[in-house]
Amino acid sequence: MNPILQTRDLWKAFGGLIVTKNVNLSLARGGRHALIGPNGAGKTTLINQLTGVLRPSSGSVWLDGEDITRTAPNDRVYRGLSRTFQINTLFPRLTPLEAVASAMCVRERKKLNVFKRRVLKVSRRSGLIDEAYALLELLNLGKDCLVETHTLAYGKQRLLEMALALAAKPKVLLLDEPAAGVPEGESDELFEVLNHLPKEISILLIEHDMNLVFNFADRITVLVNGEELVTGTPAEIAEDPRVREVYLGKGH
Amino acid sequence: MSENAALASRHLVYLRRLESWKPAEIVFWLLLVAVYFAFPTSLVFASQILITGIFAMSLDIILGYAGIVTLGHAAFFGIGAYTAGLLAAHGWHDPFLGLLAAGVAAGIAGYLSSFLLSRGSDLTRLMITLGIGLLLFEIANSAASITGGVDGLQGVEIGKLFGVFSFGLYGRTAYLYVLGVAFLLFAFTRSMMLSPYGLALRSMRENKTRALAIGIPITAVLTDIYTIAAVIAGIAGALLTQTTQFVGIDVLSFQRSADLMVMLIIGGTATMYGGFIGAAAFLLVQNALSDVNPQYWQFFLGILLIIMTLYLRGGILGGLGKLSGLVGSRRNKERP
Repeated sequence: MNPILQTRDLWKAFGGLIVTKNVNLSLARGGRHALIGPNGAGKTTLINQLTGVLRPSSGSVWLDGEDITRTAPNDRVYRGLSRTFQINTLFPRLTPLEAVASAMCVRERKKLNVFKRRVLKVSRRSGLIDEAYALLELLNLGKDCLVETHTLAYGKQRLLEMALALAAKPKVLLLDEPAAGVPEGESDELFEVLNHLPKEISILLIEHDMNLVFNFADRITVLVNGEELVTGTPAEIAEDPRVREVYLGKGH
Repeated sequence: MSENAALASRHLVYLRRLESWKPAEIVFWLLLVAVYFAFPTSLVFASQILITGIFAMSLDIILGYAGIVTLGHAAFFGIGAYTAGLLAAHGWHDPFLGLLAAGVAAGIAGYLSSFLLSRGSDLTRLMITLGIGLLLFEIANSAASITGGVDGLQGVEIGKLFGVFSFGLYGRTAYLYVLGVAFLLFAFTRSMMLSPYGLALRSMRENKTRALAIGIPITAVLTDIYTIAAVIAGIAGALLTQTTQFVGIDVLSFQRSADLMVMLIIGGTATMYGGFIGAAAFLLVQNALSDVNPQYWQFFLGILLIIMTLYLRGGILGGLGKLSGLVGSRRNKERP
């Protein structure tokens, strides 16, 4: 079965600094793939190339059998690739309901005619509003969905990050350190949500929390200095002496 | 499940209430109708306020809602004013035809110039819009044989409204005409801002990175909204031409763009009414202060501006909102 998301010989250089070196990443359908590596390994740069914010210097990105290397970021979202951010990147003065509804309206915009898109009020899309509410409810945000986002607790904002990415009904979800900054006591809620994401969604997870990575992922890729060191099952990675050396050896 | 459905529909009800016309809004428009009866001798001035209000609303769309800073918005106002003026001076006297042509001309200019703005920071945008504004001013100035240059465009004759009501000396017809057009443009803008498109626009203003990540085509939306704002500004310019039957070169002046931004900030950005309120406040204060001291009225205006930006964030409407707790906190308090 062909992978849902793939990079082929991906290179990215900023001047003389090579940040992505010949990366061939392959995310299986329905897979739970984790990308780990020390700080500065080029994980976020890689994500940015997958989402199209950065153009690779050479090589290509494939989503579901199509070359999307030159596809605009917003088009990649329509095609089913969405992401969350390591640092909360939300709409501070929109309510979660508005924010999720906004994402859903964008998703459905080809089905709406000009009049429905431009003139009729958002609340006329009652189906979408109900769907938005249902999604928020699923992520334990039902009670908070009518207050402005900036007033939400940090943990809730992390959940909203997920909600916004899920609103696009992605085939592939890129999670950039979903648990970053969440205090240990509050992270259970987030892990719970992660573990219950539907299997049809393939997930690429970047995470520092090794507990989360080894519990969640079925495959792990270790990235060092922009280069793929090794890819394997969690067991293989845990055993690998090179990984211990560059990553687990330091402080873990 | 049914309980969930009921809850969900409560959210719909909540959203609908946010979108519905508030009593204060209805009162606002009724007051404007009342002006016609209450101040029959000041209708020319009242029309000017309304026209400036429409113009400020068009700036609010791009500044307040889309977050594009501009110092050259008068370009589109001027293009509209000259288009309507030249049409009327060359034999096409119908007012609605003038509005239409002005909107189209300004829209084309807006569409073309939007490509210069689609990339670049706020500072770049300020400079580019400023540049375009100055450019157009000089063109109008040098093409005196067409535009009348600094003397202004003479011989603008506007036909009867619907072929029946003529634009008289006291501006009675003109006021109602302007009010009608203002209301239509406002209603159009209002529904646009509450539509999925408007929501996308607000999302973009709140966070561009995330807006792109949920699939909003940012550049396309910016081009689009800039064009719409230019059309509305052009129509406002045409209204000024038609109600004064004259086009002065100051329609394109930098001062007009700068004043406009001041008005909008005084009134309150991204409130839909901020433009109208700001225009009224600015022009009334200007009027009153220049009566008191015709030479130095800008001195007092300066003081007023500093005080307002320091102590009245969000302008008059923002201040009123804080006062009654209507705009900001209500949204946050109501947790169904």
